Amino acid sequence: MKILAVCGMGFGSSMVLRMTIESVLRELGITATVATADIGTAKAETADIIVTSSEFATMLADKNVPVITITNYVDKNEMKEKLQPVVQK
Amino acid sequence: MIVLHFIVNEILSQPPLLVGIMALIGLIALRKSVSDTVTGTLKVIVGFLILTGGSNIISGALSPFGNMVQAGLHLHGVVPTNEAIVALAQKSFGAQTAIIMALGFVVNLILARITPAKFIFLTGHHLFFMATVLAVVLGSAGITGANESIIGGILLGTVGTIMPAFVHPFMRKVTGGAEFALGHFNSLGYIISAAVGKAVGKNSRTTEEIKVSPKVGFLRDSLVMTTLTMIIIYVVLAVIAGAASIVSYTQGSNYVMFALTQGLTFGAGIAVVLMGVRMILAEIVPAFQGIALKIVPNALPALDCPTTFPFAPTAVIVGFISSLIGGLIGMFLMGPLGLALIIPGMVPHFFDGGTAGVFGNATGGRRGAAIGSFINGLLITVLPALLLASLGKLGLANTTFGDADFCWVGILTGGIAKTGIAGAYILTIVVSAIFVALASLVTVKVNKRSTQSASFTA
Repeated sequence: MKILAVCGMGFGSSMVLRMTIESVLRELGITATVATADIGTAKAETADIIVTSSEFATMLADKNVPVITITNYVDKNEMKEKLQPVVQK
Repeated sequence: MIVLHFIVNEILSQPPLLVGIMALIGLIALRKSVSDTVTGTLKVIVGFLILTGGSNIISGALSPFGNMVQAGLHLHGVVPTNEAIVALAQKSFGAQTAIIMALGFVVNLILARITPAKFIFLTGHHLFFMATVLAVVLGSAGITGANESIIGGILLGTVGTIMPAFVHPFMRKVTGGAEFALGHFNSLGYIISAAVGKAVGKNSRTTEEIKVSPKVGFLRDSLVMTTLTMIIIYVVLAVIAGAASIVSYTQGSNYVMFALTQGLTFGAGIAVVLMGVRMILAEIVPAFQGIALKIVPNALPALDCPTTFPFAPTAVIVGFISSLIGGLIGMFLMGPLGLALIIPGMVPHFFDGGTAGVFGNATGGRRGAAIGSFINGLLITVLPALLLASLGKLGLANTTFGDADFCWVGILTGGIAKTGIAGAYILTIVVSAIFVALASLVTVKVNKRSTQSASFTA
């Protein structure tokens, strides 16, 4: 399974998202590749799940991949709540 | 002796290998598996080489730019773009930059551990950029080698600790007390924007009641924005300057089409640099976080500015537009002030202006967001021009650093470096101690007001 964390540059906020995702996955005992991408590259990248903020979510809506929208990038509870149902499908 | 000589000259003076060794040490310290360690180290080295390749593309695309500004406007023209100047600087200052970045992180850890200002600066690219500023300014002033690394490291660690601390009282207002801090080196702009918001924004309603069309989404794609800006700037300048100004470059092709191609090429160079930065940071930032968690478990992570965007997305757009207006008005003031022509770069105005908008809105609603970001726009036009004098040979490049803290820290460091090596050591320690004391005071005050304890989300 590959999860893509997306932001404008691909190494700032998405890096924060990636670290939060990885710690939630560790808690859930799930192994997955978590990569970061900028919005331009994200459109061309393949992934099973995309995690990003609401502004980018609309731009990635046509990818036919579940897109998870996060408000607080470091909040593990928010991440877990939104990510768990999708990864455990 | 021969072995030591070889290590110093053939390995430690090669920036890509040096950065690779730092990543290797970090990965071993975190007890990563052998395969993770090998791939991580290799990716960092390759990432650094990609960044250097991007810098060659950028410098090629930038060289006719200076000719056009000189011929058309009779000024020294500059488009502040951090990625471009950092990539160009790695050629001469790569090794010092890498060492300063590593030492700066260590100093940040120590300060977070022993003072009340418990902030770990985790925005890797900004640490890298600030390390570059310090390496260039100190090196150009004649402070080199170990002295350069130690002074640079102390200053980087200090700035990385104090700026999140100074912004934090406002940051709590922005995020409603979320458990992270802001680690972004335009913090001076955000503090000013929040203060201006407080002053002018009485009874002003929040920006978030304004409806913004989703069509502005393309603004968030920084590569598109950068390329588009450069195309516009190049073509406009070519038309103003005329064909003769760049005849040595065009080799008989149409000069406007040549300018268009150079604008596009600049975008390509930035894309390559960003890819390199991404590969370097993908390994280094999690390593930094892992080490920080072990040493200062109760610290707050200081993170990149777009982490504040979801708290007020409309304020970001208001801030970007106001900041850009400030930058454009500022541009016309540069000539009369006798400064270099600073042409607004879209990326600094979007990220810095947008964040300034979020802060201005938090303290003073719509009026705060608009006026606070406008001031930020003026600030990131005047400061980059003042920094040029401290950058030595790189000050003649047609690009420079775009964010407020890079500039004021660079200018201050330039002043410190002028006093000679002994003076520079004394001043560095005195200035750092004063700043850290102030940051500690601010933090203690904020913590008194809220008794909630904060910790890393590990």
